[in-house]
Amino acid sequence: MTPVLAASTLTDWIDAQGISWLPEWGPVVLAAVVHVILLLTFFGLPAGIFIWAERKVSARIQDRLGPTRVGGRFGWLQSLADGVKLLQKEDLAPADSDKFLFRLAPYIVIVAAFCAFMFLPFSNGWTAVAMDCGLFVALAVLSLEVLGVVIAGYSSGSKWSLFGGMREAAQMVSYEVPLGLTAVIPVVVAGTMNLNDIGNMQQGMIWNWFVFQNPFTFLAFFVFFVATLASNKRAPFDLAEAESELVAGFITEYSGFRWSLFFLGEYAAMFFVSALGVVLFLGGWWTGIAPLDNWFVSIGESCWMGDYIVRVIGMKIFLVKSAILVCVQIWVRWTLPRLRIDQVMTTCLKYLVPIACFLFLGVVLYPLILVTVLGRTTLLPGSGVAMGERVPVPVVEAHDFHPEPGDVAAETVAAPQEEEH
Amino acid sequence: MESLLFTIYALATCGAALGVVLSQNVARMAFWLVVSLGCVAGLFFMLNADFVGATQLLIYVGGTVVLLIFGVMLTASGPFNTIKSEPAEMIQAGVIGIALLAILIPTVTSVDWVGNRDTLSHAGVKSPSGEFNQQGEGGTSRHIGAALLGVRVDQADASAPSEAHEHHEADHDHGHEHAHGEEAHSHAAHDHAHAQVSETNQASGYLLPFEIISVHLLVVLIGASYLARAKRRVEQPTS
Repeated sequence: MTPVLAASTLTDWIDAQGISWLPEWGPVVLAAVVHVILLLTFFGLPAGIFIWAERKVSARIQDRLGPTRVGGRFGWLQSLADGVKLLQKEDLAPADSDKFLFRLAPYIVIVAAFCAFMFLPFSNGWTAVAMDCGLFVALAVLSLEVLGVVIAGYSSGSKWSLFGGMREAAQMVSYEVPLGLTAVIPVVVAGTMNLNDIGNMQQGMIWNWFVFQNPFTFLAFFVFFVATLASNKRAPFDLAEAESELVAGFITEYSGFRWSLFFLGEYAAMFFVSALGVVLFLGGWWTGIAPLDNWFVSIGESCWMGDYIVRVIGMKIFLVKSAILVCVQIWVRWTLPRLRIDQVMTTCLKYLVPIACFLFLGVVLYPLILVTVLGRTTLLPGSGVAMGERVPVPVVEAHDFHPEPGDVAAETVAAPQEEEH
Repeated sequence: MESLLFTIYALATCGAALGVVLSQNVARMAFWLVVSLGCVAGLFFMLNADFVGATQLLIYVGGTVVLLIFGVMLTASGPFNTIKSEPAEMIQAGVIGIALLAILIPTVTSVDWVGNRDTLSHAGVKSPSGEFNQQGEGGTSRHIGAALLGVRVDQADASAPSEAHEHHEADHDHGHEHAHGEEAHSHAAHDHAHAQVSETNQASGYLLPFEIISVHLLVVLIGASYLARAKRRVEQPTS
């Protein structure tokens, strides 16, 4: 049984049922509705849970108890109660604000954060929109989030908001450079931008994860993590909100539902970048213990609905890894003091960008050096993913199309692969 | 279904473009520009050109317009500065716009879309299929990467000489049904494609030009930041 939970396969599956009364566009629309509902769940639910986790973790770090009463023992319904409370509040727009843009800004944030989820593989093959350049599209969509923040800051008609928006714009535009450079590093290792393929390449033991692939990817993961912290305006980079200086930054003038939309967007984006980090560096939906994974896969092949079960397990592993990364973000937020804006810019432009460039160069040269010195692309024999294996794939296709001996370009591309053998 | 989505995106693009022209607030103009460019990206996605669509989003919507708004915020004297157009400016802009439309509409209508599609299918050029698969929707990025290295996957089947010859014959047969000019045109296009493949087999593809352009952009960027810094340095002693 093929995994149904991908847009194309779901469409095919509904098509194959041969439901006569369904119109021609029915399967596509049905598949889209199913995916939107599923994604909304993964968009809203983790955000709510992480807001609660943030309150609990911050309370524990500050030697408090945090929410204790709502929903029984640990105050685990606190987010829900907050949501109901926020819905009841009056929806205000300041007299000086540009009302149209002011009302619209939260929706830009929320739509950008939600659209990024479309490209995220939750388990092997479980992507709403599987794309050959999924990582690229996801980063492109996520970069739209800053627009909502900037417009919110500008249209509020308040100096605090304007400063918050300006800081956010400067910060985001700068930190997108190291973020993009470090996100490309696993792409160099994997030879594809398809997030599903990148995840699947990290199958096997834990040293197959791209963090442990080589020293450059190991460092790249931390640069990536710092850059995602900054691009999510999380402390110590939360200059856009900076309660001690700017009241609440770009959300100063917001109240009620629109304010909660900003928060939902922020926590969803937090989850998204953590999940992206897990797919790119931390082995995606694989446990990192090869026998366990093999056992799961063998179950999947043996029994009815096994594929589903394996994928659900994979998704759980994926979600747990992402949640751990989110917890690290929360931990960092409540541990480190906020940087000044010039320190934020210095960190990015003088440190992270050169480091990211160096790591990028290193990860490109590493397999070449290994091939020259050791004659193979991995440091230890028989471990890790052979780097650059996937790169000549289109050339092989081209050979199938025109098997001419004098194909110079194809030969030069395929040369590194031949050296390995 | 596709035509419905296309209608939505196209209408949103045009409406937002009108919004850019008609609104007088700079920030709102920027917002409408975002909507318009975003919908163009949507149109690219509908054409299965996912790489171009993503690039459009990243560079124009995420990059350029954000910088635009940033610039507006830094330079705006009042909280919301408005741009009022003079009547003369409106007439000028209207004349230019209508002139552009007068060129574009005949260009679009003069193309024989159906005939060209037939010609292309006879010449062995695959039209971008509407199907999407689990491996990669659109699947353009790999082809672009291969083309950068000098391997044109999309034109690879035309490079085999025997096949190309057959296509030529097919073109001949096909050409009788159409006007002579078009026949010549299809020939020229086909020969061009053939030449390109044989050329790229020796050359290193588009990687070198691409790198040259990117280094050029970097030089421009550093130059711009240097100029901006130098100006401030001159101002500091006087103040």
